[in-house]
Amino acid sequence: MDVNRKLVVGWLYGATMNIYGDRGNVLAIEQRARWRGIDVEVRQIGLGEPIPDDIDIFFWGGGQDQEQVAVSRDIQGEKGDRLKAAIENGAAMLAICGGYQLLGHEYRPHDAEPLPGIGVFDAVSVAGPERFIGNVVIDSPEFGTLVGFENHSGLTELHGDASPLGKVVVGRGNNGKDGTEGAMYRNAIGCYLHGALLPKNPRVTDWLIKAGLNRRYGMADLETIDDSIEESAHRSAIDRAKATR
Amino acid sequence: MTDTNAVATGRTATRDARLVAALIASKVAGNAIRRMGRGGGTAAPGLVAERLDPGLLRKLTSQLGEGAVVVAGTNGKTTTTRMIADVFEAVPWRVVHNRSGSNLVRGVIAAFIQRASLLGSIGGDIGVIEADEAALPELVRRVQPRVLLLNNLFRDQLDRYGELDTIAKTWRAMLQDLPADATVVVNGDDPTLVAITDGIRARRVCFGLNEEKHRLDALPHAADAAICRVCGADLGYHALYVSHLGDWYCTGCGRARPALDYVGSTIELHGVTSLSMRIGEAADGDHDIQIGVPGLYNAYNALAAAAVSREAGVSWDVLTGAFDAFRSAFGRIERLTYRGRELTLALVKNPTGFNEVLRMLTAETGGLQLPTMIAINDLDADGRDVSWLWDVDFELLAKGEGTLSTSGLRGADMANRLKYAGVDVARIHQLDTDVSTALDAFVEAIPEGEGGYILPTYTAMLALRKTLAERGAVTEFWEQ
Repeated sequence: MDVNRKLVVGWLYGATMNIYGDRGNVLAIEQRARWRGIDVEVRQIGLGEPIPDDIDIFFWGGGQDQEQVAVSRDIQGEKGDRLKAAIENGAAMLAICGGYQLLGHEYRPHDAEPLPGIGVFDAVSVAGPERFIGNVVIDSPEFGTLVGFENHSGLTELHGDASPLGKVVVGRGNNGKDGTEGAMYRNAIGCYLHGALLPKNPRVTDWLIKAGLNRRYGMADLETIDDSIEESAHRSAIDRAKATR
Repeated sequence: MTDTNAVATGRTATRDARLVAALIASKVAGNAIRRMGRGGGTAAPGLVAERLDPGLLRKLTSQLGEGAVVVAGTNGKTTTTRMIADVFEAVPWRVVHNRSGSNLVRGVIAAFIQRASLLGSIGGDIGVIEADEAALPELVRRVQPRVLLLNNLFRDQLDRYGELDTIAKTWRAMLQDLPADATVVVNGDDPTLVAITDGIRARRVCFGLNEEKHRLDALPHAADAAICRVCGADLGYHALYVSHLGDWYCTGCGRARPALDYVGSTIELHGVTSLSMRIGEAADGDHDIQIGVPGLYNAYNALAAAAVSREAGVSWDVLTGAFDAFRSAFGRIERLTYRGRELTLALVKNPTGFNEVLRMLTAETGGLQLPTMIAINDLDADGRDVSWLWDVDFELLAKGEGTLSTSGLRGADMANRLKYAGVDVARIHQLDTDVSTALDAFVEAIPEGEGGYILPTYTAMLALRKTLAERGAVTEFWEQ
């Protein structure tokens, strides 16, 4: 095995969009790569800063309304085009909540102008009348059972080309109506699952790492590691979700 | 107000029939609940009374000759409220205080009912009211306080309170309605609180630290207010003390920490027991205080309590005397002996609070040297979303030798958090999710005569204290 492998993680708007412990997702990518001897460099990509060429895995978390406006403006034009191109070329992406919404075509707030997204997902989000707050369990064709915590009032509708991340087993999901949660396109995943998602759903973390390695090296062998603590957190979160639904 | 004519002030009893009916019904309910052993019976009587007389709280608080103080803030509410109440009792004033920590509107009503006579006389000189963040605007509207303390605003239980912006907006609306004769005591080190109190009619009094020794190198991950609420530019800090609290300035519009009316400096922290500090009052010079609570976050609480006490007209002599005698509130930090082991319990309820507890426990040793049990529940009062654990800087626990045990309904999430913080998995012990069962296993692993730390969330703390009380190690909380 190549002992000098490395990955570059691009953390979009980490200073302004970082609520609900989403930082745990970046930590999970870093640690699970390092435990396999893969070096990880995390680069912050803030307001006004360009998208670097060599990002293997992007992460984009949720933000408060005030911050979402500034970010929507910032991601238009060349910056958004470069991010889209990176995803078309196989870069991995995990976007949660506000980041997920801006990966769609637009987000329409209650009483303000729509915030344009960049249309990676064929999806539109609209501010809804109630806030969905609670544990979520979904059944994903790619990853099996995933568990997290949702806290959003935006309702996301997927259109023609978008495939959901999974079907809701417990909770409300994208819009509380069609039973879908999240979206996937190429190596990009968007969803409403806080928790943080990756530490207790390590299959998703490893999938993102493999996608990143594939982009950088054209191959991605990843040794298995002892996930007993992760699995225990995964199972107990599912049990709590089912007990409190 | 239709009720003012019906209410006599001071000790004279009123003949308000609706008020009397509400008082009788709720007192009966409170006694019945306590006899059935259903917790402290702290909030339900308030619900009964509110139904019968919606004007009850205003009728009772308007009788207080010295008015009322309302205390709000994400962290340190209960401790700060108790400090203020103890100072007022030393005046001596007769203090009406929601002491058992029931800080929603109904809990406050219940505390006032418990104190009132059946004829509706409150029999107190001053009210000291701890307010939940979400309940604050409603409580202020009903109580019309003479002094309102805004101590801090941190990220906390997003599933319950919503985002920080939401709280800040509702507070801002409430603050703009305050009359000119009210005083708002504000933590000037908190840029959010300063922004929402700019330009209000009420008199604003600010406190903050000018401290050399206890500074942070960078904003912790849990910090929220890194951008200016007025112009949106990044905030900078000449000095940073706790989370986003410090000597701040805006890199865009040039706003900065306001002039301080009360300044804390030369803080000495004495382990998990006490602290001392110099407080400079702009109008009255320097005064040294010491108080039996630990950690830098409690220096802020003591400074806030001192500022409120001075604004309410208390002398420095009374204030320093009351601080000398003060000890920590239920469960916030508590030391006890159980089965021959010295246990230190410290409540952890949100990222900033947890960070400060870890900072206190590791200050002298680098990492945690004693065995530690962290008990995380996800019931309503704890916050149902355990995502917040990822905003706590557990990375500093990767150093140190002590075992780290986990318990509670989300003990497995906690164990996982420690693993990703870089803690050696051999040090992580997953104990039973039931905290009482876990307590025995944890204590048995500690050699007799030695000590350990227990860090529970709110409902885990309640469960632990119940077990410890049944076994004679602590007293039950509503007996304070």
